[in-house]
Amino acid sequence: MGRVLIARFGRLLATLFAVTFLSFMLTSLLPGDPAVAVLGQDGIQNEELLQQVREDLGLNRPIPTRYLDWLGNALTLDLGESYINKGQDVWSDVIVARFPVTAQLAVMAVGLAVILAVPIGIIGAYREGRWQDSTTSAAVQVALSVPNFITGIFLIWLFSVQLGWLPASNWNRLGNGVVDNLKTSILPAAALASTQMAIFSRLVRADMIATLKEDYILSARAKGLSDSYILVRHALRPSSLSLMTIVGLNFGALLGGTVVIETLFAIPGLGFRLINAIYQRDILVIQGITVFVAVVYVVINTVVDLLYAVVDPRIRRS
Amino acid sequence: MANPSEPVEYPRERLSPVSTSVGTGGAAGKPERATVREVFSEMPWLVKISTIWLILVVGGAIYAKLDVAVFDGALPLQDPNLQTNNFNGATGQFGDGEPLESPSADHWLGTDAIARDTFARLVHGGWVSLIVAVTAAAFGIIVGGFLGTLVGFVRGRTEAVLMAGIDVILAFPALILLLALVSIFEVRSLTLISLVIGALSIPSYTRVARASSLAISNREFVTAARAIGTKPQTILFREVIPNVFPVLLSYAMVAAAFVVVVEGGLSFLGLSVQLPQSTWGNMINQARRDIKLNVAQVFWPSLVLSLTVLSLNQVGDWFQRRSAVRSASL
Repeated sequence: MGRVLIARFGRLLATLFAVTFLSFMLTSLLPGDPAVAVLGQDGIQNEELLQQVREDLGLNRPIPTRYLDWLGNALTLDLGESYINKGQDVWSDVIVARFPVTAQLAVMAVGLAVILAVPIGIIGAYREGRWQDSTTSAAVQVALSVPNFITGIFLIWLFSVQLGWLPASNWNRLGNGVVDNLKTSILPAAALASTQMAIFSRLVRADMIATLKEDYILSARAKGLSDSYILVRHALRPSSLSLMTIVGLNFGALLGGTVVIETLFAIPGLGFRLINAIYQRDILVIQGITVFVAVVYVVINTVVDLLYAVVDPRIRRS
Repeated sequence: MANPSEPVEYPRERLSPVSTSVGTGGAAGKPERATVREVFSEMPWLVKISTIWLILVVGGAIYAKLDVAVFDGALPLQDPNLQTNNFNGATGQFGDGEPLESPSADHWLGTDAIARDTFARLVHGGWVSLIVAVTAAAFGIIVGGFLGTLVGFVRGRTEAVLMAGIDVILAFPALILLLALVSIFEVRSLTLISLVIGALSIPSYTRVARASSLAISNREFVTAARAIGTKPQTILFREVIPNVFPVLLSYAMVAAAFVVVVEGGLSFLGLSVQLPQSTWGNMINQARRDIKLNVAQVFWPSLVLSLTVLSLNQVGDWFQRRSAVRSASL
C-alpha cells in the first residue's frame, strides 16, 4: 500500500506540475504583446500602464523563471488581480467567493443523478430484456443524448414560463435560506443531472446484470430471501464500487461542465465568471479559474483512485 | 468462438508477405468484407433510422455549402442570413416576412427573431457540426490512432513517455481546456474551432488505439508473422493497423457525438464560429431569449442537435458491438 501511495503521489505531483504549466502558458501563448491583451482597449494608449503590466507579468524574463515565480505566487494563493475589474483579487474575490456556488451545484447534480440512477439501473437489470428494461433503456439513451443546456432551456420553459413555479435566474445564495436557494438551484441541478443519471444508470444496470448471474445470488434465492432484499443487499453492493469511482470522476468533470448551465441560469459561480472573463479577455481571471479547476479536478481524481483501493481489498493487495 | 458465417480469413491471407491484394489503410475496400448494403440490412430498425437521419444531415449540409459556394444561391434553399422583412432596394418594397413566424409553405419551420428562415439556417448550421466532427475524427484517427497503434506495437520507453503525456492532457477537464484555448484567439473561424477541437481529440484516440493495438499485437497471426521473419514495419502496416482501424472508426462515431455536443455548447456560449454563420448552438442561444413568445424556434435546433447526437450514439454503439462480435469470432 505504501509503495502504491508514493507512486500515486509522484504521479499527482507530475500531473499538477504539467497542468499548472499549461495554465501558465496561456499568457505566453497570446498572439502579440500579452500586456496589450491583458489591458485590453484602454491600455494601448497608456504607455506607463503597459510598462507596469510587462513588469508585473515579468515579460522580459525567460519562461522557466517566470513560471517558477508565478507558481511560487500561486502556492501562496496570489493569482494576481483582474485588470478589467480593477482591484479584484483573483483568489479571494473570484475563486473563494464563487467556488462554493459551483461546488453546491455539482454536489446537488451528482446527488440527484445517483438517487435517480440506482433504481433505474436496478429495474433494468432485474427485468433485463423485458419492457421495463427497454423503456428505461430508451429513456436513458435520450437523456444521454440531449445536451444539458437543452434540458435546461426546456426545464425553464416548463417550470418558469408555462407553470411559473420556479424562477429562471436570480440565484439565491445558500445563506439566504435553504428553501429560497432550492427554488433557484433545483432546475440547474436537474439539467446537469440528466446526463449524469444516464451514465450512472447504464453502469449500474450493466454491473448488476453480471452480478445477478453469480452463484451467491442463486444461493441467496435458494435460501428463500426476497428479491428486493437480494437486489439491494447482495447485488447492489459490489456494483456500488464502480459507481463510486465514476461518480467521483464525473464530479471533477462537472466542476468544469457547469460552465454552460451557470451561464444559462445566470448563476454567480466560477463557470459564469470564466465566460465573462473570456468575453472581456480578462486574462488573469481566465488563468486563475483554469488552474484552480484543473488542480481540483486532478486532486479529486487521485483521491477517488486511492479511495477505490482502500475500499476494495482486491486492488489494495495487487 | 468461431461463427460459421464468418470465414476465418486472417492466417492464410495475412501470413503471405508477398500478398498484394490487401490495402493498408481502409476497412472499406476489402473484397471479403461486407458491402455497404449488407451492413445496412443487418442494422436493427432504430440504427437504420439513425443512419438515414445522419445521411440527411450530412447531405443537407453539403448541399447548403454547395448552394453558397458553387451555385451562388441558385439551388432551391433560402438564404439563411436574409432578413425577410427587410427593405429590398431592387423592388423598392419591404419583404413580406415576419419575425417569429409559424411554419408555412414559404418558411417550413417558421422564421427567427429577425425574420430569417429557420429551416435554411438549420441546414446551414449542420455544416459547422459536420466540419468540426470530421476534423476531430481525422485528427484523432490519423495522429492519435497512428501514435497509439505504434506504441502499442513497439512498447518500451516510447510507449511509457507518450502515454504519460497523454495522461497529463486527459487530466485536464476537457471543456475548461477548450475554453482556455479558445479564449486566446480573438477571431474564431471555423478552421480555428475545428483545429482546436481536433487537437484536443487526439489523446482519447491514442488511448483507444493503444489498447486495441496491444490486444492485436498479441494475437496468433502477429506472432506467426514474426515467426516467419516478416519485418516489424510490414507487420505494423499489414497486420496491426488494418485491424485497429475498424475499432477506431466505431470509436469515431461515439466521439463525434461528444464533439457535436461540445461544439453546440461552445456556440451556445457565443464562443464558436461567429455570426451570422448559423450553428445549432447559436440558434438555440438566440431563440431562447424569445422563449416566452415562441418556443418552437428553440425547439427545432434543439431537436436537430439532440437527434444527431442520439443517432451518432446509436450507430456508434452498434458498430462497436458489431466489431466486438467480429473480433471475438476470429
